[in-house]
Amino acid sequence: MNISLSINGTTHDLDVDPRTTLLDALRHHLDLTGSKKGCDHGQCGACTVMVNGRRINSCLALAVMHEGDDITTIEGLGSPEAMSPMQEAFVGHDGFQCGYCTPGQIVSATAMLSELKEGWPSHVSDDLVSAPKMSRDEIAERMSGNLCRCSAYPGIVAAIQDTADKETT
Amino acid sequence: MKPFDYLRASAPDDATRADATIIAGGTNLLDLMKLQVMSPDRLVDITRLDLDHIEDHEGGLRIGALVTNSDLAADDRIRRDYPVLSRALLAGASGQLRNKATTGGNLLQRTRCPYFTDTAQPCNKREPGSGCAAIGGQTRLHAILGASEHCIATHPSDMAVAMQALGAEIEIQETTGATRRVSIREFYRLPGDTPHIETVLAPGELITAVILPAPPKGRQVYRKVRDRASYAFALVSVAAIVDVQDGRIAAATLAFGGLAHKPWHDPAVDRALEGAEPTPELFDAAADVLLADAVGQGSNDFKIVLARRTMKAVLAEATGLKEAA
Repeated sequence: MNISLSINGTTHDLDVDPRTTLLDALRHHLDLTGSKKGCDHGQCGACTVMVNGRRINSCLALAVMHEGDDITTIEGLGSPEAMSPMQEAFVGHDGFQCGYCTPGQIVSATAMLSELKEGWPSHVSDDLVSAPKMSRDEIAERMSGNLCRCSAYPGIVAAIQDTADKETT
Repeated sequence: MKPFDYLRASAPDDATRADATIIAGGTNLLDLMKLQVMSPDRLVDITRLDLDHIEDHEGGLRIGALVTNSDLAADDRIRRDYPVLSRALLAGASGQLRNKATTGGNLLQRTRCPYFTDTAQPCNKREPGSGCAAIGGQTRLHAILGASEHCIATHPSDMAVAMQALGAEIEIQETTGATRRVSIREFYRLPGDTPHIETVLAPGELITAVILPAPPKGRQVYRKVRDRASYAFALVSVAAIVDVQDGRIAAATLAFGGLAHKPWHDPAVDRALEGAEPTPELFDAAADVLLADAVGQGSNDFKIVLARRTMKAVLAEATGLKEAA
């Protein structure tokens, strides 16, 4: 099936089997290998990308269903030469060990801060009506869809907290 | 994943007349297709349909079937007037999944019974007549109410438990193009000897919306007990809407997750509470009604105790007994 996908601001035409997940389209067809395949069942978050600004698991999405959407991957957030604030914070706080979950963590955390800015409550928010306040518990709850088997969570939480603090000042 | 034909619906009729499996968020369906638990020949993608609005409707709200779980949980009207629903949604899945999962799809998600998802095991739900490997197996997630000798699976949704307490209605487009509304209380089926038929939906029918009645009086509480603090299915969950007037319970509606093949609602439990003064003894008596026919399977026997304790804690919170104590 011929489709065209808009990824990191560039339109790509590709011919895919309808079974191709968005993750496999990125990695195998477009050589965008930043997004990782961990569990391939939506449990680990290593494949997290943004679709129209919202984070999703690209392993549980069919490429053919995302024509016309605005897709952002880790490659679209920054590069080694020009890192995004969240990428810089992960480096600065040692928010990883092996690094496999890191692209998913960074994309997820970047989108999560937008959700927080929009005032979305979470399971741990005391009050549903007023704007949620950033805390360690809020970060842990909102990032529960991203697993780190090296357990670099202290650095991950510190990096996200730091980025959020810098955004608000 | 087995090959399938992919179609894109541009009108609801395209979906109902396609003789195809409907896909929206796909978070559950694609997972099951990868495992070959489900292997449809044709998929019809409904995500381009105009079903993603939340509108004021008959004093309540009409939630389009394609509204995502995230958008529904964050909607100001839901947070203010139907907090039990917002809380239930936020207790389910992960941020990424809630961004993709839809209202209609959440209602129709399949059980997380590990024997259902393991194609090497017999399962009457996956392959009618093959047997049930869960009975006599590991049953931590399984039912204590309404199960049958053919199936002891539970419904995994949190959202549907809150909608059960709220008495939501489900709007369905039939294959003829006509629309009907079914109360969520009539929507789900118990397993009986046909556990593969989970709802009253006929083949091809499309959920187009969920309709919430006017906001109920009283306090709304949702509590979920699970094996992890986040991103895990309920062992037991309780949604409660309780109105206390002059020291007595004027109205109560309780619904339960993790206990049965469907989000559980027993009107006798509500009646046991209504008109009475909220006390721990009353809550115990109502739990006796809920659990009169409860049967454990061995490794889920704890749920009988856990359901009682969770229900009592929720009632204490909803009636203000907790603050008084």
